[in-house]
Amino acid sequence: MIPGEFEYYAPTSVQEAVSLLQQHGEDAKVLAGGHSLIPLLKLRLASPPVLVDIGRIQELKGIRRQNGAVTIGALATHADIEFSEDLRGVFPLMHDTATVIGDPMVRNLGTFGGALAHADPAGDWPAVALALNATMRLTGPNGERTVAADDFFVDLLTSAVEPGEVLTAVEIPVPQGKYGTSYQKFSHPASGYAVVGVAALVQMGADGACQDCRVAITGAGPKATRATATEDALKGQQLTEELIAQAAEQAGNGMDFLGDIFASESYRAHLVKVFTKRALLGAMQAAQ
Amino acid sequence: MVYMRQVGARVKRKEDPRLITGSSNYVDDFNPRGVGHLGILRSVYAHAKINGIDTSAAKAHPGVIAVFTGADVPELDRPMPHGEGETAGGQKGMVGIVTAPLATDRVRHVGQAIAAVVAEDRYIARDALDLIVVDYEPLDAVIDIEEAVKDGAPQLYDEVPNNTAYTWTRKRGEVDAAFAEAEVTVTQRMNNQRLAAISLETRGVLAQPDPLSGGLTVYTSTQNPHSVRAEIARTLGLSEIEIRVVAPEVGGGFGAKISSYPEEMIVAALARKLNRPVKWIETRSEHLLATHHGRGQINEISLAAKRDGTITGLRMRCLADLGAYPRDASVPPLTGMLMSGVYGYQNVDIEIRGVYTNTMATGAYRGAGRPEAAYYVERIMDVLAAELGIDPVEVRRKNFIPPDAFPYKTPTGPTYDSGDYNKPLDKALAAADYQGQRAEQRQLRAQGRYRGIGVVTFTEICGFGPFDSASVRVEPSGKVTVATGISPHGQGQETTFAQMVADELGVSMDDVIVVHGDTARTPAGKGTMGSRGLVVGGSALFKTLGQIKEKATKIAAHLLEASPEDIEFREGKFGVKGAPDRTKTLVDIAAAAYSGSLPDEIGTGLEATDFFAPPGTTFPFGADVVTVEVNPETGEVALLRYVAIDDCGRVISPLLVDGQVHGGLTQGIAQALFEEVVYDEQGQLVTGTLMDYAVPKPEYVPMFENDRTETPSPHNPLGAKGIGELATIGSTPAVVNAVVDALAPFGIRHLDMPLRPQRIWQAIQDAQAKAPAAAD
Repeated sequence: MIPGEFEYYAPTSVQEAVSLLQQHGEDAKVLAGGHSLIPLLKLRLASPPVLVDIGRIQELKGIRRQNGAVTIGALATHADIEFSEDLRGVFPLMHDTATVIGDPMVRNLGTFGGALAHADPAGDWPAVALALNATMRLTGPNGERTVAADDFFVDLLTSAVEPGEVLTAVEIPVPQGKYGTSYQKFSHPASGYAVVGVAALVQMGADGACQDCRVAITGAGPKATRATATEDALKGQQLTEELIAQAAEQAGNGMDFLGDIFASESYRAHLVKVFTKRALLGAMQAAQ
Repeated sequence: MVYMRQVGARVKRKEDPRLITGSSNYVDDFNPRGVGHLGILRSVYAHAKINGIDTSAAKAHPGVIAVFTGADVPELDRPMPHGEGETAGGQKGMVGIVTAPLATDRVRHVGQAIAAVVAEDRYIARDALDLIVVDYEPLDAVIDIEEAVKDGAPQLYDEVPNNTAYTWTRKRGEVDAAFAEAEVTVTQRMNNQRLAAISLETRGVLAQPDPLSGGLTVYTSTQNPHSVRAEIARTLGLSEIEIRVVAPEVGGGFGAKISSYPEEMIVAALARKLNRPVKWIETRSEHLLATHHGRGQINEISLAAKRDGTITGLRMRCLADLGAYPRDASVPPLTGMLMSGVYGYQNVDIEIRGVYTNTMATGAYRGAGRPEAAYYVERIMDVLAAELGIDPVEVRRKNFIPPDAFPYKTPTGPTYDSGDYNKPLDKALAAADYQGQRAEQRQLRAQGRYRGIGVVTFTEICGFGPFDSASVRVEPSGKVTVATGISPHGQGQETTFAQMVADELGVSMDDVIVVHGDTARTPAGKGTMGSRGLVVGGSALFKTLGQIKEKATKIAAHLLEASPEDIEFREGKFGVKGAPDRTKTLVDIAAAAYSGSLPDEIGTGLEATDFFAPPGTTFPFGADVVTVEVNPETGEVALLRYVAIDDCGRVISPLLVDGQVHGGLTQGIAQALFEEVVYDEQGQLVTGTLMDYAVPKPEYVPMFENDRTETPSPHNPLGAKGIGELATIGSTPAVVNAVVDALAPFGIRHLDMPLRPQRIWQAIQDAQAKAPAAAD
């Protein structure tokens, strides 16, 4: 519970942060809200010699709505999202998810961008980012690039953020027409993280059929994953509880599952189906 | 002003403003000049020989003041408390075990202390620990108690065959005949999983040389400063007057801070050796590894009964995990002694084996042995009720010890002081609308919903002696200083005792200060544990206030020119009987007491010290009704209602009793549903952080519906029985009974704790695989 020694930098611009990261190479770790990194430091599971604290970079803050999309700065805290009226209007899912993250103290400090870049397999936001088809904006030594959520979560604790890069913002397109969302979470009683979390987006066509849907699972495996077989089973269909229950049976097909003393691999596989069903039912009701 | 009694009033805690605003001091808030910060190197193996320890690199690390191994501090190599064996007060048959505070040649659990670094700050100390090289020779470890007692299992001690430290037995009546002739018998194997205390404040020790005594002042986060003082004095070869132990604000203990620990000895010894202050603050990781755990039992329990539910015999065979070193071997026998519960069966055959394993030691944890007993008794009652098809309430009533049987000598050992078990049960059933809930349950079951109702009736043992103390000093201003031998660490006796002083002497609660937790400022005491604070410490205060009142009466008589026999204490004033306007307040009396002009037969001053040695223990009791609903799709449990009726004898401070009940219920519920210390087969702690070890959060419990009945104890002048542990004791079996009741349609009679959703879901899956139609 006592971290090792490190050098500490607090840049005030993205450019400064990127050049510090470039300068220190693999020695450096980015610090934002600190709610994943600092516990690792205290337990000495990580001992990076250099911390680059991006917490004072103003351009990384704020939530903006423009041109059919919402842009969330990487430093927006879970609480910023929880209390953003702008966001709540278009994405009740963002608000609902924020309220099931940790506790108020965690939500006041932990950041949206940090949670995504850290790619914790039990984090809530990765599932939401996948379901909402978010795009990540990154800045590195070679300038800016964007990565779709589908390509962002690479493996256990590994995102597409390259060494020397900073995740600066996340862009989320506002779906057209009638749509509904839901996030259903089975929380670990100790950590509060998702043992299984499922985010769903259902878009309804003019005919009342499911025009498009996106379902994403977190907590159950090494990384957040889309439930594509479930999505395919619903697209173009008139949604019913029976159909959703059937489609949810395919959630988690082909996934690797994690297991621990609280929930085994097979129990997680079962929970994925149950929570996929709950999330889809929730999204369907919200869309109607 | 209208006179109001404080005892029995819902007053707010005097302690809270300073605690809530963070303006008070815990051990870590003290930073004397020149303090050295201690870090402890702990074993990474569950069982190993130590062939050598190389501290040279750590000693050379900049900022390191000194590095010590056990060889450098030979005075530490003596038994810790509870390590003395049978001849020194241990359990019968126990051999003495030396817990070296710093292991020299062998380690027996992960987290055992091996070396200590003192450095300029705690970061340097932590860095230097990584530079110490220990040459371990790993040995086979045994973690599971059922494995540990088998022939051929790894042995922790050559002199303790089969790792069995002791076997505690109690056999009364004709048990074999009772089982042979029984109309029905039930048997169930049950666990009582290992738990961690997780006090908000971890342990911490600061020792500094004391020029006044030539010894030490030791600040430590303990429940029991006088016993720590005796232990440190004994270890260092000093006398008690050379050691002052202060328990400043202590952020909870739950039993885990009762007995002194190796770290208290290490810090004290090193402060002497270095002749400078030394401080150690336990990290949360260390707390999980090296602060003793509680519970840790496996039990097979059987009942013999008649078809009408009358129990004729009880048998149990229990293994109790002591961990690697004895810390409080008297806890498991308490389980045996409380196996009568609130029931009158006479034929009992109980065997408990205390077993060493390569894990952290176990000891007292909220209830300490009694929650285990209540769990076994209340669970097997439900198993019997299910077997007989009788309502669980009726099985219990059938077997209650009747109210006219007290004092009641149990076959399991203790003599119960007083009790009337139908009283809280009737009240709980009425508050919960038990019959209405049963009807609702039947309706919901028909709809495929799994509602469960759990009922428990229980007792426990509190108010242990051998004594406690109080000093009361009425200051010249008439304000009152109380010093108590108990050591509250969250219980709130500053409030309770001030209520008592206010009523007994006629002062405002604000004019009373209660001093505790400092061996230099308080009379000899036995600490706060076992729900004894009010029962024993409060009774000592009551006796002492009696002495003060007696002298105050004489002074008042002198001032009022009356005879002491004509003075009465009415509405907070000392007055002449029959003369309403002739009164003296404590302020008047104090002024006279310190005037120097009182006659010799009264004498100057107004202070007293007295002790209370209870003639017997107390047995609070209660009844809970819990309502749950199980989601069969996932095994999730929703706790819908909790009705708790407790009888802790006379109540001084209702708000504090409610607080104890709410916290206690929460802790017991957490054992039923979430909490468990888990070691893997190699003895590595799996639940080593609070990311893995589930402590209850407020949203995990419903709003509690609690109330009480009052059956005074005859064993103390207050009639109090104690409330610190009672709610914890009832709530664990209550919740498990409710969940198992919900699962009755699946044919499930028992599940082991904690009732994690997966366990419940799996049990449903297994039941359905066996009998697919059972639930339909």
